[in-house]
Amino acid sequence: MGNAVRLSLALLLLVVLPACSSNRAKTPDAAATMTPPAATSEPGVVATPLDPEGVVGAGMAAEPNEGVVDLPPELVDRRVIYFSYDSDTLGPTEIELVAAHARFMSTRTGVRLRLEGHTDERGAREYNIGLGERRAQAVRRALSLNGVADARLTTVSYGEEQPAAMGSDEASLKLNRRVELVYAAQ
Amino acid sequence: MRDRSSGRGEGVRVRCAVMAMSLAAIMVALWPARVAAQLQVDITAGVTDPIPIAVQPFEGDAAALAQIIAADLGRSGRFIIRPRNEADYLVTGRTAPSASGTSGGALAIGFELQNLLTGQALLKESLSAPAAATRQAAHRVADRIYLRLIGQRSAFATRIAYVIVEGQPPQRRYRLMVADADGAMPRVVLESRRPLMSPAWSPDGRWLAYVSFETRSAAVYVQDLRTAERRAVSRRPGVNGAPAWSPDGTRLALTLSSPTGNLDIYLLDPRDGTLERLTDDPAIDTEPVWSADGRTVFFTSDRAGGPQVYRMAARAGERAQRITFGTPYAARPRLSPDGRLLALVVRDEGGYRIAVQPLAGGERRVLSRGPQDESPAFSPDGGTLIYAARAGGSGTLEAVTIDGLVRYRLQSPGLDAREPSWGPFPPAVP
Repeated sequence: MGNAVRLSLALLLLVVLPACSSNRAKTPDAAATMTPPAATSEPGVVATPLDPEGVVGAGMAAEPNEGVVDLPPELVDRRVIYFSYDSDTLGPTEIELVAAHARFMSTRTGVRLRLEGHTDERGAREYNIGLGERRAQAVRRALSLNGVADARLTTVSYGEEQPAAMGSDEASLKLNRRVELVYAAQ
Repeated sequence: MRDRSSGRGEGVRVRCAVMAMSLAAIMVALWPARVAAQLQVDITAGVTDPIPIAVQPFEGDAAALAQIIAADLGRSGRFIIRPRNEADYLVTGRTAPSASGTSGGALAIGFELQNLLTGQALLKESLSAPAAATRQAAHRVADRIYLRLIGQRSAFATRIAYVIVEGQPPQRRYRLMVADADGAMPRVVLESRRPLMSPAWSPDGRWLAYVSFETRSAAVYVQDLRTAERRAVSRRPGVNGAPAWSPDGTRLALTLSSPTGNLDIYLLDPRDGTLERLTDDPAIDTEPVWSADGRTVFFTSDRAGGPQVYRMAARAGERAQRITFGTPYAARPRLSPDGRLLALVVRDEGGYRIAVQPLAGGERRVLSRGPQDESPAFSPDGGTLIYAARAGGSGTLEAVTIDGLVRYRLQSPGLDAREPSWGPFPPAVP
């Protein structure tokens, strides 16, 4: 590989690179290429046109701060409710845990709670969205029975899309069949 | 670059290779800046007597065309690529700059297919393609050759959409991807910290509908692939999921939930927001898909206990009819383009697997190996199913022909790929 060849390669690069960028500027979609996400997009979401070359926009925005809720120590590490395979039934331990959270909410009237339902990774994804929603609703009903106003509760089902544990063994699957209690200050 | 004898050491050669690759990437591939990992194709099963065919490098400045054509034919499992003296058929061709080109330059491609045993010329054609679309042109050539020799339409010149997940929370990233059907040219069309799921192509291939959790709740979006403009078409409290375009592209079937969490299927006109409820049952009704004539919707429901597949006329108040039996789990239906076959996920002793069953009645055939296969999608020619296989928390895309004879894998090492959706045929070229 001679120096001449290397030089000509380098020159070729110099010629080609600006040519490419000017090409890009000419394409009708170029304006959209580097624009921030469209108005309907939340922080952290970047949409990219398919043609021409897709340059993904600048870094993603930070997570919105949800505010701090002063959970009592006995509840801090008990914000997940687990379920058996294909079940949305709360066991006795889970019913007691939900009641404890309801008691806390009765002392903090400004606090809201989002119930995030999850399933393990087996089966069809959209069907699992339905199963996760059932679990979240089961916890919502239990909180309602314990006096928490419905207006303070929201549910969302992630199905199998946000596993807590990776892996396909039963131990992982068990950790993934759950409802997470996510508190937010008013 | 041809001088291999100078022996100046690895460093020089590597640098030159990198430079050459940069040039190639810029000039040929128009690669995105954030490079999406290429899907690697591994053929895992083929027919017993594939047709030996030789594809000569094309004359002119786009010799890569021949490689793309050969790879398409090889991936189909019906051909095996051989040197000319061991082949029954021969593909030759040439490229030249086209006078009638667009601003980016165009390429005229001529090719011939010859029967080497008889000497007969079977195809002699030419086409013109913008320089940026030479890969697509190569796929079209492969489609022509496949049709001539196999007698069936193939779908080499099509694209797939899928979702890739990378990293662990809080760095986990969900990417909605579009790539050529051979896994080449993967491009990120949407990236988010929160789950993206259920991509669905519009019948004209211009739009993708999908579900995004970017607001911490589910919403259905449609995105114009050419401009990246996107719009939330359903953002109601609770579940917004499983979008499916009607065959005429005017409506989306999708899943919404009631305040008490009951999922039912609705029909939405994405232009004016008109919403019509299709199912009304306390069970989970979801995963709708339309028949080719737009008159029938198939869906998953657990109204009988476990999930099963049902069909009903695409009008509110019609009665749903169960069409799957003999398995405790039948979900995520998809219809073949000719409307004859239903692909779905079933659970049996092999786990969750992909099966097809004739809609006119007849035996269900399990096509995949399990144990955790999901999301089947037909190629637009109806000959192949692509689906996701999972193991150890990671996913790959796999494909199998509906006769079960040919299998290949689109692998993306280290990345969790899922939910493949096969786009429509591109518009015909004159």
